Amino acid sequence: MSKMKSQPSRRAFLGYVSALGIAAALGPVSMAEAAPKKGGTFVMALKGGESTNTLDPALSLSHVTYQALRAYSETLLNVTEDGGLEYRLAESVEPANGGQTWHFKIRSGVKFHNGQELTAMDVLKTMERHSNEDSKSGALGIMKGIESMSVDGDIFTVNLTTPNSDLPYLMTDYHLAIQPNGGFDDPAAGIGTGPYKVTANEPGVRYSFEKFADYWDDSRGHYDAHEILVINDDTSRAAALQSGQVHAVNLVSPKTAKLFARAPHIKIETTDGKGHYIFVMHTDTAPFDNKDLRLALKYAINREEMVDKVLAGYGSVGNDSPINAAYPLFDDTIEQRKFDLDKAREHYAKSGHDGSPIVLHVSDAAFAGALDAAALFQQSAKAAGIPLELKREPADGYWSEVWNKKPFCASYWGGRPVQDQMWSVGYLSTADWNDTNFNSPEFDAMLLEARAELDEAKRRETYGKMGRLVREEGGLINPMFNQFIDGMQQEVTGWVSHPNGNLMNGFIASKTWFE
Amino acid sequence: MSFLVVKLVSQRIALGLMLLLAASALIFVGTQMLPGDVAQTILGQTATPEALANLRAELGLNEPALSRYFSWLGNALQGDLGTALTNGKDIAESLSGRLGNTLFLAACAAVVSIPLAIILGLLAVRFRNRWPDKMISAVTLATISVPEFILGYLVMYLVAVKLRWLPSVSIVRPEMDFLDRIEAIAMPVIVLTFVVLAHMMRMTRAAILNVMESAYIETAELKGLSAFRVIASHAMPNAIAPIVNVVMLNLAYLIVGVVVVEVVFVYPGMGQYLVDHVSKRDVPVVQAAGLIFAAVYIVLNTTADIIAILANPRLRHPK
Repeated sequence: MSKMKSQPSRRAFLGYVSALGIAAALGPVSMAEAAPKKGGTFVMALKGGESTNTLDPALSLSHVTYQALRAYSETLLNVTEDGGLEYRLAESVEPANGGQTWHFKIRSGVKFHNGQELTAMDVLKTMERHSNEDSKSGALGIMKGIESMSVDGDIFTVNLTTPNSDLPYLMTDYHLAIQPNGGFDDPAAGIGTGPYKVTANEPGVRYSFEKFADYWDDSRGHYDAHEILVINDDTSRAAALQSGQVHAVNLVSPKTAKLFARAPHIKIETTDGKGHYIFVMHTDTAPFDNKDLRLALKYAINREEMVDKVLAGYGSVGNDSPINAAYPLFDDTIEQRKFDLDKAREHYAKSGHDGSPIVLHVSDAAFAGALDAAALFQQSAKAAGIPLELKREPADGYWSEVWNKKPFCASYWGGRPVQDQMWSVGYLSTADWNDTNFNSPEFDAMLLEARAELDEAKRRETYGKMGRLVREEGGLINPMFNQFIDGMQQEVTGWVSHPNGNLMNGFIASKTWFE
Repeated sequence: MSFLVVKLVSQRIALGLMLLLAASALIFVGTQMLPGDVAQTILGQTATPEALANLRAELGLNEPALSRYFSWLGNALQGDLGTALTNGKDIAESLSGRLGNTLFLAACAAVVSIPLAIILGLLAVRFRNRWPDKMISAVTLATISVPEFILGYLVMYLVAVKLRWLPSVSIVRPEMDFLDRIEAIAMPVIVLTFVVLAHMMRMTRAAILNVMESAYIETAELKGLSAFRVIASHAMPNAIAPIVNVVMLNLAYLIVGVVVVEVVFVYPGMGQYLVDHVSKRDVPVVQAAGLIFAAVYIVLNTTADIIAILANPRLRHPK
């Protein structure tokens, strides 16, 4: 097939869906770069894998299984580097009923690694497995708005309970990789339609792949073979890259990234992403149910210092909202909140807090450097007369025992393709992952309004209002957005940074080649 | 004598089995005390109440803890270790591969370190309080004192990154032959040797020196035997019991305690496998791996006792 890229951005996606179809029909868009070279074995060493991992997309959570999924499976659509959409297993998408019904035309001539041909039924079954009442999928949270699904020939149709102009973006979630019969037979078999076929699956050790001979898209998957080694230890991963045993590594530590880049055969790629290192307060629990106390803490954090010291400069300051410029429809007129001890003191006095220590639960499990960040926060808050007490929690069990349970703790969000999804999963009053227990009817109403809004300018405006509201009223203290730092050999060619994830949003093995 | 050994061995085996049963109960209780369960750790930050409930139901976590333990025990006694809760892999199969790797690494490290430690110990006695003795002690004590991951990084930096003689990653693949495997694990073997050398060497030295005080050693010396012969064939046999004890202790360490070295060199052994499953609360796997580790300790300790008895004429020929 063609090197089809969709519109440069998601602008007026609804209105232009048909135009998009025409663009695709016009044939391959010419690309300026030289033709990729084929061949070779691409080996990556990745942090974030355990021997408990499974290839079942529904239960995939770690970096390693994420990369493995990207190699062996595909979703209906993908988000492009500039925030637009590109068709993968869907050939075209058409909304109806004002965005309440969506028709996906499923690509023909696509084969699974077991030789079976992809059908719209496989797509339906996949979506059912992630959303039915027995579902244990990590994607269950985002599939809630679906009322019914059906198949007619090669058209897969989704009916929503309320209109959602971003539904195609939901279909880019990596959990929703299409499996034969939806994966009901053997979800962890590792059979998909991706460019690489799984040949070895040793959880926590290594995964190996060979090029799938019948892959439908010539413009992807240039290597003959691909291997992922699980190396969780930072120093060992660095040594593997330096000694030339692997071609790429993920999660280079910010403290060593600069030293790393000195080696002539190694390059470091940094990506401005949507991930943010944060502290979350439950807005319904004392003392955090007091807006002035929340504002005092927001003013008492030194964001610049954290970016410098915790991220070693590999990141940017946050503005107490989960949204930054990496999102489409970002409102860049929202004023940046600055470190201001006077305002912090003022709000703290106004809050009438009794001066008892405010306990912040923290562990490096939340994000790398969380303990350091919390210690910096403690010192700057002390300067404003706010007594923070750090409670160090075990990394083990942090996400089940501390996060979303304790009223004030360190956390991390990886970001979502579009604002609607980020707000819906984390800030809607009814969201499962509403980790600030944020409950604002005004906010909820604006979110639903924006979701159904077809006019881009109006949506941008509404998102701007929501951002301001969360920044002012919310329980989120967002000091910094981290960059992804990936390391690789110079010979790896074709790199394009992708704001949605490290290693080109997982597509490094599909889209790069050896020069 | 043979009756004594048979009685001893059968006693020890019976005791060992009881210990194993107790260990399995302890491990189970321990895993129940950990916060969270396997469903929560699998879904992590993406957990929703519905997904958690569905996963728990599928994994059978809604059964009472006691009945889960006994059904596990019943199956285990019939040789069925079951499947991992986290990824559905057959435990016996995953475990045998990992155990094979661990035993291979431990055996290679033992083959290098045990003779080396004993020879160094003998040399230290031969040249006691002179420079070879002091140097041997200084070097081995230094290497045991450095944390093993730092030793690992040092060796990795020199041998893999600077000199590029050996791979920094010890991942073994099924298609590798014996020599490739030896090459892959050479660096962890070096590090483990450094780690276990001092303990065995110092015990050899101390035990033999103790025996050297005896009158019969003086006789041997007066007969005009060479110093090394006195040490090796007269003093050594009487010092075997404590040496074997220490050797077994270190062997057990090489099998159950090398998780740090496994992580540094990315070696797919038992240690990392157990740690991953503990952190995911995958109880059946923790049980199985825990039992193997307990069995290793029991078997090696029993072996040490038996060797000690066989090596002691007074115990071999009771009046």
